[in-house]
Amino acid sequence: MTHPKHPARFQELTAGARDIIPMMVGAAPFGVIFGTLVTSGPLHLWHGQLMSLVVFAGSAQFIALGLIAGHASFAVVWATTLVVNLRHVLYSATLAPYVSHLPLRWRLALGGVLTDEVFAVAWAHYRHHPPGSVSPYYFLGAGLAMYFNWQVWTLAGLLFGAAFPGLQSLGLDFAMVATFIAIVVPQLVALRYFAAAVTAGALAFFWQAWPYKLGLLAAVLAGVAVGVLLSLSHPSRSQRRTAGVAQ
Amino acid sequence: MSYVALILGMALITWMIRAAVFVLGDRLVFPPLVRTALGFVPVTVLTALIVPMAVSPHGGGAELTWRNPQLVGALAAVAVSALTRRPLLTIAVGLTVFFVWQGVVLK
Repeated sequence: MTHPKHPARFQELTAGARDIIPMMVGAAPFGVIFGTLVTSGPLHLWHGQLMSLVVFAGSAQFIALGLIAGHASFAVVWATTLVVNLRHVLYSATLAPYVSHLPLRWRLALGGVLTDEVFAVAWAHYRHHPPGSVSPYYFLGAGLAMYFNWQVWTLAGLLFGAAFPGLQSLGLDFAMVATFIAIVVPQLVALRYFAAAVTAGALAFFWQAWPYKLGLLAAVLAGVAVGVLLSLSHPSRSQRRTAGVAQ
Repeated sequence: MSYVALILGMALITWMIRAAVFVLGDRLVFPPLVRTALGFVPVTVLTALIVPMAVSPHGGGAELTWRNPQLVGALAAVAVSALTRRPLLTIAVGLTVFFVWQGVVLK
């Protein structure tokens, strides 16, 4: 049943899937709500499942439903999808050193499943190791688990959405908050990381009403800028070590 | 209208955004300043995603009160993570505090 020749690969695949379980819980209500919303709009049920299967991006899918219901043009839906998903460029740039040595089909597949949650879990795994030393099966396992989870809960919403009123009020999305805290807090070991995170968090709160998640993107860029400025004014030990090696 | 074309277009755009940097692979070498900047992406983006969820769980205004279970659960998780640095314990305590607060304390 498993890969008998590669037990380590299978273990990494399942480890990635295991570590993303809290995120799967957190995403479940959104999958159901998405499916439910499809049933009340102009799309066929199978359009809703197709969207989850090929787009696999919660925020963009929700916004697209709203735009479609409002008879927006294709160009508007596509442009919105582009803007809402722009933050993913930062994710792939951050993870790029860890996947750049892989065959193209691997990089295309891993890019396809790179959601917020998969980024968080994959990065938490990679950051303890030098680039190139970790196999991609953990990343893939987390991504596939999240992908199948999204399909199942979309289908549940499409078929039984009306049976789950008040799903949003359960607060299952708090699982995402708790997991991200578990990943972020141990990273705040130096003032520059702390200042960057506080800046991004505060601005994301104040700018949350901006359309198309642009407030989130701007808050992240501002937080990163604060971190970079503090790094330049107080070069870190690691940067000095790198400079020493270069000389 | 062909919704299938619309959906496939969304898929292509999303996938290109996510995979473009990966596709460049080894040909892409970031200058040191960009590498420094990317080092701050995880803590900033994850914080930016959760602060609005914890502080204003219903959208709109801040709910900086003990009657906000998201905020109480998040503060508990932050405390556990800062003290122990253990991810599973952080998630378990955070979720427990959240659900107990929501289901018992505020009932």
